[in-house]
Amino acid sequence: MAKVSVSNLSKTYGKGTQAVKPCSFHIADGEFVVLVGPSGCGKSTLLRMIAGLEDITSGELRIGDRVVNDLDPAERDIAMVFQNYALYPHMTVAKNIAYGLKNRGTPAPVIEQKVREAADILNLTEYLDRKPGQLSGGQRQRVAMGRAIVRDPALFLFDEPLSNLDAKLRNQMRIEIRKLQRRLGVTSIYVTHDQVEAMTMADRIFVLNDGRIEQVGTPAEIYHKPASTFVASFMGAPPMNLLPGNYNGNGSVLLDDQTAIKIGQAANHKGAVQVGVRPEDVVLASPRDGVPFQIDVVEELGANRLLHGNLAGHPFTVSVGKEADAAPGISGLRFDPCAIHLFHPEEGHRL
Amino acid sequence: MAVADSIISVSQTHEPARAKRRGVKLSTIADHAILIAGALFMLVPVYLALTTASHDAVHIQREGLSFGFSDDLVKNFDAALFAKGGFTGAITGTTMLLNSFILGVGFAVGKIVLSMIAAYAIVYFRLRFATFAFWAIFTTILLPLEVRIVPSYEVIQGIGLTNTYTGLIVPLLASATGTFFFRQFFLSVPDELVEAARIDGAGPVKFFIDILVPLSRTMIAAIFIIMFVYGWNQYLWPTLITTEEGLFTLVRGIRQIIQAMAEGSQIPEYGRMMALAIIAMLPPVAIVILFQSWFVKGLVESEK
Amino acid sequence: MKRSQFSHISLPILLLVPQLIIIGVFFYWPAWRALHSSFYLEDPFGFGSQFVGMANYTRLFTSAEYMKVARFTLFFTALVTFLALAISLLLAVKADKVIRGAKTYRTLLMWVYAVAPPVAGLVGVMLFDQNIGIITDFFAFLGYDYRLGVSYADTALAMIVVSVWIQIPVNFIFFLSGLQSIPRHVREAAMIDNPSGFRRFWEVTFPLLAPTAFFLVVINITYSLFDTFGVIDTLVKNNPASNPMTLVYKVFVDGFRGNDIGGSSAQSVVLMVLVLALTIFQFRLLERRIHYT
Repeated sequence: MAKVSVSNLSKTYGKGTQAVKPCSFHIADGEFVVLVGPSGCGKSTLLRMIAGLEDITSGELRIGDRVVNDLDPAERDIAMVFQNYALYPHMTVAKNIAYGLKNRGTPAPVIEQKVREAADILNLTEYLDRKPGQLSGGQRQRVAMGRAIVRDPALFLFDEPLSNLDAKLRNQMRIEIRKLQRRLGVTSIYVTHDQVEAMTMADRIFVLNDGRIEQVGTPAEIYHKPASTFVASFMGAPPMNLLPGNYNGNGSVLLDDQTAIKIGQAANHKGAVQVGVRPEDVVLASPRDGVPFQIDVVEELGANRLLHGNLAGHPFTVSVGKEADAAPGISGLRFDPCAIHLFHPEEGHRL
Repeated sequence: MAVADSIISVSQTHEPARAKRRGVKLSTIADHAILIAGALFMLVPVYLALTTASHDAVHIQREGLSFGFSDDLVKNFDAALFAKGGFTGAITGTTMLLNSFILGVGFAVGKIVLSMIAAYAIVYFRLRFATFAFWAIFTTILLPLEVRIVPSYEVIQGIGLTNTYTGLIVPLLASATGTFFFRQFFLSVPDELVEAARIDGAGPVKFFIDILVPLSRTMIAAIFIIMFVYGWNQYLWPTLITTEEGLFTLVRGIRQIIQAMAEGSQIPEYGRMMALAIIAMLPPVAIVILFQSWFVKGLVESEK
Repeated sequence: MKRSQFSHISLPILLLVPQLIIIGVFFYWPAWRALHSSFYLEDPFGFGSQFVGMANYTRLFTSAEYMKVARFTLFFTALVTFLALAISLLLAVKADKVIRGAKTYRTLLMWVYAVAPPVAGLVGVMLFDQNIGIITDFFAFLGYDYRLGVSYADTALAMIVVSVWIQIPVNFIFFLSGLQSIPRHVREAAMIDNPSGFRRFWEVTFPLLAPTAFFLVVINITYSLFDTFGVIDTLVKNNPASNPMTLVYKVFVDGFRGNDIGGSSAQSVVLMVLVLALTIFQFRLLERRIHYT
């Protein structure tokens, strides 16, 4: 049906900038895949190549079993939801949703039925006769989705669809999109710069940086076993703490102030390393019981607290529950050996 | 202490406020005076034309122009529109009115169609030829018609299009303004609309008809107004191309009137002349006033 | 350029062809012919033409009559441009300031745009007429014998007044639009910094209006040079004689009445060069304007 296979796909612009470095991957039928990364990392370019809106410089793209490199977007059996919705301003909601079907010669009664079904699923039935200008942002987004689902395509593509909505609406729509996709079972590729969206929606996450896919994995894998300092600090908020250290090859790492931390698994790289610890993987203790930690600022978040301070001469953040006692001053930290990540000092990959 | 301070500051704010209020009044009156003077400067000539159109020619000759109305308004307008013979030939004002409409509408429609599709081709297609076409069209800004008037006439004469509607309208279409205008507008249409349309299976023709044209509605209206007025008011070109009176536009007809005035030994028919002048002014002025906002938009956008 | 473009080839070419053909036939071909003819002298009996190189041009520049017309054109253009711009700027500033009746004033000042220059000329002929003209009466009242079409200066005056009259609406619209596009907070900041309205205008508003003003100067110059044809033709009652005229009018007179194709073409070419210079100048200004914003 609609699996996607990519083999050595790359995109280079005329001036020589390589927006997407050669990559290969498979997406299974019905999977919800999220491409996440900072602005300019190439995620949108990759999506647009799959859509057919950008030319493929090299490599092969298959949707289903067909090689679609040279096919027009309309021929690839895909549907796309844009960041700015891209609704036709002069057409009613119903006409907007129906347009794709109309161009494919679908008979009118069939179109009408499909539009009604889609509107039903998305709660748009009472807006069918309105124009996009009369709708709110969330409603417009749903119309854009209606336009996509009514085509019953092999592949859904989402290009940062929630970026223009306010935070509350975004949270709501996240859940709705996910539910919808599960219900329809259509393979989906979703692009976002928001790691929360990636973590909560994806079956698998593709983390991109500077045109390269840095890691592919389930949200849990990405979070607990980040493949590089980039992935480690990009995914998760607040980001993972990274400190310089020195690995003695024997189960413990020395921080800059000579405190030693035991680590759980062995790494085969001796010498200078980057030590990664997630803020929530640390336990507060008294200064005598643990590594000395200077708390400078306490951020009250309600459900938990963020303690920003200094560990071994470097900025360090700890996340503690709301019951924990915390005030600026000297405190102590205790580390769980299994929660220490080691990365290569310059290249940043996982050791 | 604090109370005293606040009293002082209160009184201080009162005085300048009062003075300002008086000052503002004076300058506003001056402003209005200037604006009224300007408006009068614009209106009085045409007002006088109207009053003249209501007088008998002999009366005008004797007394000069007057600010008051007389009874011959309908008579003069009637003559201007329906009297056969115009001033030297066998046409009526109504025929000229019709010709003016044909020129105005024909030119506006021609310009819009031509320039819209040309702009579409330049903006929405990856075509190196498009750049050449753009520059070719662009250079036409450099030479207004008046500068190439003699050879343009010879070309038309050579093709045999003198005294035809085609010869009247088509050569005027050889300019860049409309294309630039639409190009500007098309560039401002969001890219995503094209992409969504492509995914929806709309090819270039469908996209143009189903989406781009409806989106351009206000722009089309705006430029139609400007082009209609431009076409209607054409003088030099119709003067050269139409020598047969059956094809005269109102503005072209003015030339005949002037000639008659210059050569004539009788008293010029001031009343009818002014009636005709007003008829010549009416449609474009009416359109510009009725569709003011569109007109202003079109004017300002088209010059950028 | 657009991010997403169609890759068809024959369709865009088809769309461009009509416009290009018309431009080719009615613009480039005549322009080329004008250039070509300017180097030839036509036999007065129409038996052919003879290549004379730059003779037509030298004849022009040594002709006292041509230089007289050129001088008048310069004078005329400068005066009309200045007056039309100054008056419309004043009116636009006031229209922008006034709260009550702003829309009415705008309509009243703008509608003349739709009046054709020859129609305005016709009304002008009547107003300035020796016998019945109201302006003639006014001059008589002042003790001056005004004669349209006879006195060079008198006719010039009429031409200038009518030309300015026609052009005020366009300038007014652009100035008003320019004024209204100055962000309100800039003007409010100026009001706090500077109590004098007059100085505020020259120090804050006018510099921000400068791009519009430059642009309008070019438009007005082009207008004075070319679009005033209808006004001139009407006021001289199709009888150039020794009346003031602009260079464009002379092209017409020499070409169609004098049958001096060579000379007329040479004049056309001179004007072409002039317009070219003007347009290049305008685009240079546009570039700076882009930097401005």
